[in-house]
Amino acid sequence: MTLTHEPIEGEHFIVVSETTGNEWEIVVGLEVHCELATVTKLFCGCPNMFGDEPNTNVCPVCLGLPGSLPVLNENVVELAMRLGRALQCSVEPSVFARKNYFYPDMPKDYQVTQFDRPINADGWLDLPDGTRVGIERAHIEEDTGKNSHAGGSGRIHGADYSLVDYNRAGVPLVEIVGRPHIRHPEQAKTYIDELRAILLTTGASDAKMEEGSLRVDANVSVRRVGDSELGTRCEVKNLNSLRSLGRAIEYEARRQVDLLETGERIKQETRHWDEGAGRTRAGRSKEEAEDYRYFQEPDLVPLVPSAEWIAAIDAAMPPLPAARRDALALASGLGVTESSVVIAVQRDLDQLALAAIAAGGDGKRVLTHVEHNLSGEGSAELGPDAFAQLVGLELGGQLTATQAKTVLAEMVVSGRAPDVIAAELGFEAMDSSELEGIVDGLIAESPEEWSDFCTGDDKKRAKLQGFFTGKIMKATKGQADGKAVAALLESRRAESL
Amino acid sequence: MSAIPSTAIEIAAAVRSGSLSAREVLDDHLARIDARDGEINAFNLVMVDEARAAAAAVDAQVAAGEDPGPLAGVPLALKDNLCTHGIPTTCSSRILEGWRPPYDATVVKRVNAAGAISIGKTNLDEFAMGSSTENSAFGPTRNPRDTSRVPGGSSGGSAAAVAAGFAPISLGSDTGGSIRQPAALCGVVGVKPTYGLVSRYGLIAFASSLDQIGPFSTTVADSALLLETISGYDGRDSTSINAPSPSLIESLGEGVDGLRIGFVTELMGEGIAPDVAARVRQAADALAAAGAQIGEVSVPAAAYGLSAYYLIAPAEASSNLARYDGVRYGMRVDAPTTAEMNAATRTAGFGDEVKRRIMLGTYALSAGYYDAYYGKALKVRTLIVRDFERAYADFDLLITPTSPTTAFKFGDKTADPLSMYLNDICTIPTNLAGHPAMSVPFGGGADGMPVGVQLLAPALGEATMFRAAAILESAAPAIDEVWS
Ligand SMILES: [Zn+2]
Repeated sequence: MTLTHEPIEGEHFIVVSETTGNEWEIVVGLEVHCELATVTKLFCGCPNMFGDEPNTNVCPVCLGLPGSLPVLNENVVELAMRLGRALQCSVEPSVFARKNYFYPDMPKDYQVTQFDRPINADGWLDLPDGTRVGIERAHIEEDTGKNSHAGGSGRIHGADYSLVDYNRAGVPLVEIVGRPHIRHPEQAKTYIDELRAILLTTGASDAKMEEGSLRVDANVSVRRVGDSELGTRCEVKNLNSLRSLGRAIEYEARRQVDLLETGERIKQETRHWDEGAGRTRAGRSKEEAEDYRYFQEPDLVPLVPSAEWIAAIDAAMPPLPAARRDALALASGLGVTESSVVIAVQRDLDQLALAAIAAGGDGKRVLTHVEHNLSGEGSAELGPDAFAQLVGLELGGQLTATQAKTVLAEMVVSGRAPDVIAAELGFEAMDSSELEGIVDGLIAESPEEWSDFCTGDDKKRAKLQGFFTGKIMKATKGQADGKAVAALLESRRAESL
Repeated sequence: MSAIPSTAIEIAAAVRSGSLSAREVLDDHLARIDARDGEINAFNLVMVDEARAAAAAVDAQVAAGEDPGPLAGVPLALKDNLCTHGIPTTCSSRILEGWRPPYDATVVKRVNAAGAISIGKTNLDEFAMGSSTENSAFGPTRNPRDTSRVPGGSSGGSAAAVAAGFAPISLGSDTGGSIRQPAALCGVVGVKPTYGLVSRYGLIAFASSLDQIGPFSTTVADSALLLETISGYDGRDSTSINAPSPSLIESLGEGVDGLRIGFVTELMGEGIAPDVAARVRQAADALAAAGAQIGEVSVPAAAYGLSAYYLIAPAEASSNLARYDGVRYGMRVDAPTTAEMNAATRTAGFGDEVKRRIMLGTYALSAGYYDAYYGKALKVRTLIVRDFERAYADFDLLITPTSPTTAFKFGDKTADPLSMYLNDICTIPTNLAGHPAMSVPFGGGADGMPVGVQLLAPALGEATMFRAAAILESAAPAIDEVWS
């Protein structure tokens, strides 16, 4: 039996079986661990630092030495609540629990986490495409140390010996458990992008996936389109980049559909993504899964943040990405899901764009430049008034789109006024009769192409429009306005028919 | 040498006044240890060099006109589950072989700062699990009053050290009676404070929600002084109570006139030896004679305390003791894989009682059994708290035996763990409630061994409890008084 799976474009990623015609929908829920950006660790005063000499940022508490006791870092609570409120969660009275299992990178052989009573519960995250992804919980827990294995394959099995660095042990984490509301690999990537923006905006984390301060596990299942019950899921781990995330979800969905279409069942298990091989491999199955013997951590007291504390966090909440997109959409007249609106906020250029629009700049042109011609880091020298002025020159016909881009690039570097730069570069609006002369000359030079342009089908005409536009731009050294050229070519064609 | 006083309060007064040097006091006690600890085995380690240095420092302070503190020059023994910086701390277990803590427990810091001289680490049932000190990896401690008998446990070494005169005061830890029961069996005073009154930082955990550090001494006043010294808020222990230390010495002489004191009926009947029960009644009479109103009170859930305790304590222990895995410190038995190394190390490093409780606790917490065992035990714990609340609505203090019997012979109860567990029947309920309780020696039993009477108080009721203890102390018959 051969199966081919062609994704159908759209919001839902559908896998179609060619032999049966069955349509399968993927269902994804993401679990994200992120390290909180506190100065010190979760339960002790050791520095929360990445990349120091092994076992230098440690003390009796984070090494779990006999007799040591944890003391909760208040800043962790502050950041966790900020994140929770940004994810629209309610802050609840919570307790810590011990998750018991043996692992050499875990100093106490249990992890202090939150189990049945997390600090943040029941929120959501709105994606730029309008999808609302539920957040089940966002709870506090401690990170483990890091093993490295010498000799053999570099994995624990077959290694000559293993080393453990406990610098990361006791670093505060928040685990954000999303509900299974994601339906597309791309949507999963967008969710992480959006979550990362919130983590950065709230100052909760530096959220670097490659450095491991943001780690993503994906619960993937499939079901027949139209079914409302969830299928058996597999948890995919070892996703070190957004690219891996998207590839792994797609692979895993296809693997599951293959199994189901051949009459097999999905076994609930943990699977590891192998980026090199482009596939997931089986890990522990649910039957062999450890019994973590959770119970309330007796060395810590229940955590009950005061209503005043929560109110202070809400009052100090910076504008979040979704609200910033709303504001920009309103000011520019564009839709909230428009890519230029989304990107402006992603690049942290929405304040500049809003100011330029307020200074009289056309919203759509401003955002087009933000999307295509500006970067987040390199736009510090660009003032909103000058930006608005540039857009004005462009719309007034004094600068072509190409010229405006060149001028903008110079403005970003030097911070000088657009008209000054344009004059220096010799950019002037081209006289229309001058342009007509050049166009007519080029038509005369290439009669065959012109004839094909006038009578050919759409495809041919589009190709030849590019041919003529290119020649015109070359002849005018890029000073011709693209729109004027297109209009002129069209009117000449109409005349010649 | 005969001029050395026997109590901490007298020694400190003499050392502070300059009439006695800390060195003389120390030499005297080291000589007693030398003479008799070979037989008693109260100490896992005698800290001769460190103690001499500390005594010299105290003497230098006095010579310089400074006050070394309320425990100036007083020798003090530390249970070997209290962390001491750079000094082996074993919990009487092989698994901690070779480990030297890089820090002092908060209580160790506090007694040192008060001028006390830490003279050694005392023997215990391995990881404080036991009632006879027979579970030590380093051999049992013997009862100084009759060396064929156990000193009780788990803090048997600390109790025996005080009873033998090796130190006037010592520190132990009490999870289900581990201070009070050996105090009773050795004929000394032992106190389990309110949970959270004394910092647990640096106490190697057995069962974190029950463990509490407390004093041993020959007199009620010495325990009051030592408890004042070690109690009080500590930011390193999240369960530490944020309140000032109680003033105990000050209220010792206030008497019990008008106090309402209740017999706990559930802890006076079946299972309590008649001679022990008789001494408790005699103690109540002494309190009545001093003006207290004595009545009977029921704490029904106390009957289930033992069952709840033997689920909760092992459950916490199974998690607390997971860290002894051979990876970072202590014993390691090499094996081909990490998991095999963990297992081999723990198999070789832990004794039978520790293994028994780890297995009990692991089982009580496992999926499918949690609700029936651990979950139910937590409910019983809540009921005990509620029943005590009711009792304290009518009474200021409660009175019970500390231990159902006097000190038993070696090997009497080792074959049957359950009979050993029953030793803690009177002491366990207060640990589950988090309340204070203390054992005060009150005469002897039919066998001429000491009997301890237990006083119980509501949370932070230490001052009232000590007032009654002082009355019992002054009314107590001599231990060797002929039993009638
Ligand atoms: Zn630390």
